[in-house]
Amino acid sequence: MREVAVVGVGMTQFGPSEKTNVELFSEAAMDAIAESNLEPKDVQALFLGNVFCGFEEGQVTLSAFAAADIGVPYIPTTRFEGACASGSVAIRDAYMWVASGAYDIVLAGGTEKALAMGTAYATRTFAMGSDSRYEAPTGITFPGIFAMMAHLYAKKYGIPLEQLKEQMAMVAVKNHHNGTFHPKAHFRKEITIQDVYKSIMVADPLQLYDCCPFSDGAAAIIIASAEKAKKLTDKPVYFAGAGQCSAPPLPNQKDITLVKARQASAKQAYDMAGLSPNDIDICELHDCFTIAEIVATENLGFFDHGEGCKGVERGETQIGGRIPINPSGGLKARGHPIGATGAAQVYEIAKQLRGECGERQVEGAKTGMTDTLGADLCMVCNMIFRI
Amino acid sequence: MAEEREVNSASFYQFLTEKKLMASRCKKCQALYLPPHPICTKCHGSDMEWVEMKGNGKLAAFTAIAVGTTCTIEEGHDRNNPYVAGIVELDEGPKISGRISGLDARKPETIKVGTPLTAEFPEQEEGKGCYVAFKAQ
Repeated sequence: MREVAVVGVGMTQFGPSEKTNVELFSEAAMDAIAESNLEPKDVQALFLGNVFCGFEEGQVTLSAFAAADIGVPYIPTTRFEGACASGSVAIRDAYMWVASGAYDIVLAGGTEKALAMGTAYATRTFAMGSDSRYEAPTGITFPGIFAMMAHLYAKKYGIPLEQLKEQMAMVAVKNHHNGTFHPKAHFRKEITIQDVYKSIMVADPLQLYDCCPFSDGAAAIIIASAEKAKKLTDKPVYFAGAGQCSAPPLPNQKDITLVKARQASAKQAYDMAGLSPNDIDICELHDCFTIAEIVATENLGFFDHGEGCKGVERGETQIGGRIPINPSGGLKARGHPIGATGAAQVYEIAKQLRGECGERQVEGAKTGMTDTLGADLCMVCNMIFRI
Repeated sequence: MAEEREVNSASFYQFLTEKKLMASRCKKCQALYLPPHPICTKCHGSDMEWVEMKGNGKLAAFTAIAVGTTCTIEEGHDRNNPYVAGIVELDEGPKISGRISGLDARKPETIKVGTPLTAEFPEQEEGKGCYVAFKAQ
């Protein structure tokens, strides 16, 4: 396979929006195309991540209309659905197609209007990500799955639940702090540990501020062969490796604190890049819930099992810490327009490696990783980038 | 005859309406599946038979849910009336997720992994038949 790079990125404001999925994506796409010193006609294919357009807008065939909306109706386009990892699986596939030589320049990313559904309908559609034939009547929600993970984590590692809850709250406080520096984040306000404790209970032990929001938004990436990339930009951000893995329905997963799909996906990415967790300077990972960030930092190899909670406490995951996690604010503060989240993670890593992140810049970051998790821990995609 | 029903989701729910929790077992390698699988994921055989589970097991994972799904809200659950849900490991081996009754959802600190449970078969909303849930013994 040949070398491939990200040459331009774009992202809309995350949060409530009146725009359609297509309008949101076009805005992000045009920014990415302009940043790449290209015109829409140079785009050879579109790989678009989106989960619920049918429920949000009564609209499918989204990728075709997205291409038409930026003036390139006659190119191959595909919508990718991998639950909350949809944006990442679209980008990983785009990377593979360019690496194979089939295309030189591809537009990839994701768009979502999760807020358009309203909380009740959104909760119902999100539950479709579980093994719904069997799990719908159980009443298990996504916060419920991660709540079970938190209880099992505390029990497995002998951590008093009160102590783990404080460490989880520290994840929310950190990500909200980082989010204040991201102009396009859904939430740009500091919160305290007490704010987390005061928020309503969602699924014990997860309170509202342990949970990421539903958001609207889109993010887009232009991916090019290294040869083209060098001609288009002074700052190509190269793909070093990528991985993806699925898993069976939740009850069939042996230990949900280990997230086997992520371990396999991350290993593929590390092996392909010839790198280890110690080589990663910065990571944007799937903090859909505070416990999810702690577990992900262990699954990805940044901390030993049972140590991720202590890493947060010691400040090792802050900007300026040993391994800065979610400098963008993560899903918690940047927001979670599900199909766009993976693309927003790549946007952040590209901006960070190019040194363009202002107050949230991780100094000297040269290698960055993304991690996106979908559904009942059964869809994971990881990508590693370098300059 | 139970054995003659096709191994699929529809049959599984038909059995639940008859208050039977049925798994599928591969006749070739004896692997047990709950929910039932028509194809053995271990030996890839497709000669399956139905096996009734005794319905006894223990709590393997749990949470008390305050903000629930549409069906639980319709049942009257809300932030003041949370419910317990979790994963149950049956004595026969398979794990299945389910609603758990007989535990205090308002006092999750009293709930313990390993609590013995028995299957029950509550009715779903009108015309949708029964589902499997579990009750603390």
